[in-house]
Amino acid sequence: MTTLTHSETRKSEKPMETDTAAKNAGRSKARRRTASIWIGRVVLAVMVVGGWQWFTEEGWVDKFFFGQPSEIWNSLIKLFTVGTAFGTIWENLWVTAQEAFLGFLLGTLVGVVLGILLGSNKYLSAVVGPYIRIVNSIPRIVLGSIFIVAFGLGVFPKILLAAVLVFFVVFFNAFQGVREVDQNLVANVRVLGASPFQVAMHVTIPSAMTWIIASLHTAFGFAIIGALVAEVLGAQQGIGLIISQAQGTFDPNTVFACMVIIAIVTLLAESLISLLEHKLLKWRPPNRSEAQSI
Amino acid sequence: MDAKNHHRPPGSLERAEDAAGIDIVGLSKRYLTPKGETFTAIRDVTLKVEPGQFCSIVGPTGCGKSTTLAQVSGLEKPSVGSVKVGGQTVEGITNGVSYMFQADALFPWKSVLGNVMMGPTLLGTPKREATALAMDWLRRVGLAGFEDRYPHQLSGGMRKRVAMAAALINNPRILLMDEPFGALDVQTKAIMQNELLKLWEELRPSVLFITHDLDEAVALSDRVVIMTSSPGSVKDVFDIDLPRPRGNVQEIRHEERFLELQGHIWESLKDEVTRAYARTSGAAA
Repeated sequence: MTTLTHSETRKSEKPMETDTAAKNAGRSKARRRTASIWIGRVVLAVMVVGGWQWFTEEGWVDKFFFGQPSEIWNSLIKLFTVGTAFGTIWENLWVTAQEAFLGFLLGTLVGVVLGILLGSNKYLSAVVGPYIRIVNSIPRIVLGSIFIVAFGLGVFPKILLAAVLVFFVVFFNAFQGVREVDQNLVANVRVLGASPFQVAMHVTIPSAMTWIIASLHTAFGFAIIGALVAEVLGAQQGIGLIISQAQGTFDPNTVFACMVIIAIVTLLAESLISLLEHKLLKWRPPNRSEAQSI
Repeated sequence: MDAKNHHRPPGSLERAEDAAGIDIVGLSKRYLTPKGETFTAIRDVTLKVEPGQFCSIVGPTGCGKSTTLAQVSGLEKPSVGSVKVGGQTVEGITNGVSYMFQADALFPWKSVLGNVMMGPTLLGTPKREATALAMDWLRRVGLAGFEDRYPHQLSGGMRKRVAMAAALINNPRILLMDEPFGALDVQTKAIMQNELLKLWEELRPSVLFITHDLDEAVALSDRVVIMTSSPGSVKDVFDIDLPRPRGNVQEIRHEERFLELQGHIWESLKDEVTRAYARTSGAAA
């Protein structure tokens, strides 16, 4: 987005007197397009949420099982005003966010380091590669049970599960990123006298960065999933615990309310990652980020 | 061996007598395919480039021209034979070498200035000096004012200029060029050739220049080497006695001596090209 507006301002810096009219026409056309996009978005949201409300109101869909938007809203308000059986919603949210964030950091760190290491060493990757693929194909979410048995109901097993889920996403991207490094660039700096460390710093890591950062968007989603699932499996606090308790009392509205909360947290984290992406990858041609924003 | 010893002081404009000659003797390079077969890329190449000489290698596609360069730079080790640069056998990365590729090997994540600064930075030059030197080189290749741009914001010709500045900033003893202008349009190519000649005449490194373009080879070089198709070996060596400085490469093409030499060399090259073409088209059928 930033890059886009950038190029727009640059264009408008050198105005041509003759085509001001054409430019104004273009501007208003762009404005109309943006407006129609937003109208479409609002209509879509109203249709989905309103339809849901209407169908449950009329009884075509049972609101006992599927909840109802107005009831979800009430649950949300209740969560924030009254709180839960396990403390205020803020405390629980803080626990879950902490687990997800720490798991995200741990998984990313290990994934990047191992990905770059294996990506730049052919022998190592040939030896370890098949095992990584095997571990990747087992349902890792089940590891959550083992972690909880081994490490108890505290925060640590949640961090671990989140980290495991994050690790594979980041690892494969880092690995691939290192593999895709332009060998001409490597040859170029080696001829100029770069040490292996300098090759890594100047070529391999910056080049793999595109891939790693692209994986972070998905990775944060996985961190949240890991933390929530581990909490559902057994916890003393956290959004996952609220969800599993609401499930036990046949309260779909609270489950949906928790989903809304988590969605907002994930969107916030996403936008932070996007910010980081624009900062680190500002060298990229703008048309790519334009395609991404769709 | 200390890498820094053999670099000439960066930025010094003396016509270096220490431009190193290249002496390739009986060089063969075999590769192992993943299936375990050996593939001979070049066989028994013997080639001499005098210090400060501009030498072109011309040959059909896949005749091991790039392989030869890789041996000279020390990026790869010869299977048989030896490469000497400045009288010293190449082991590991050769000192004082710069490489220029067909694809401009610029760092897309570094600004123009950052790209040109790479050479001195890797040699441990302090940042301020490196910046000053890079700015000077950008001026010399006509890119003053473009320091902060990223490579994707430049045209193909401008990117080539950046690559040229980045290759020459360390004042190399040897400049290896692997079809550097192959991907450019004809007009830009001619401009870049003139630029290269101008800069080369100031610095006089020894140049090994790979190209498909015979006109380019004759217009730029002191010596043209024809290679046979795979496995590559030296077929003929021609000395080009066109006077220096050559001036405009587009005009030199019409001179009688140029046409004479060009026709002469083409006779030698023609067979190889036909043979290589017959083989590839036969393999494809």
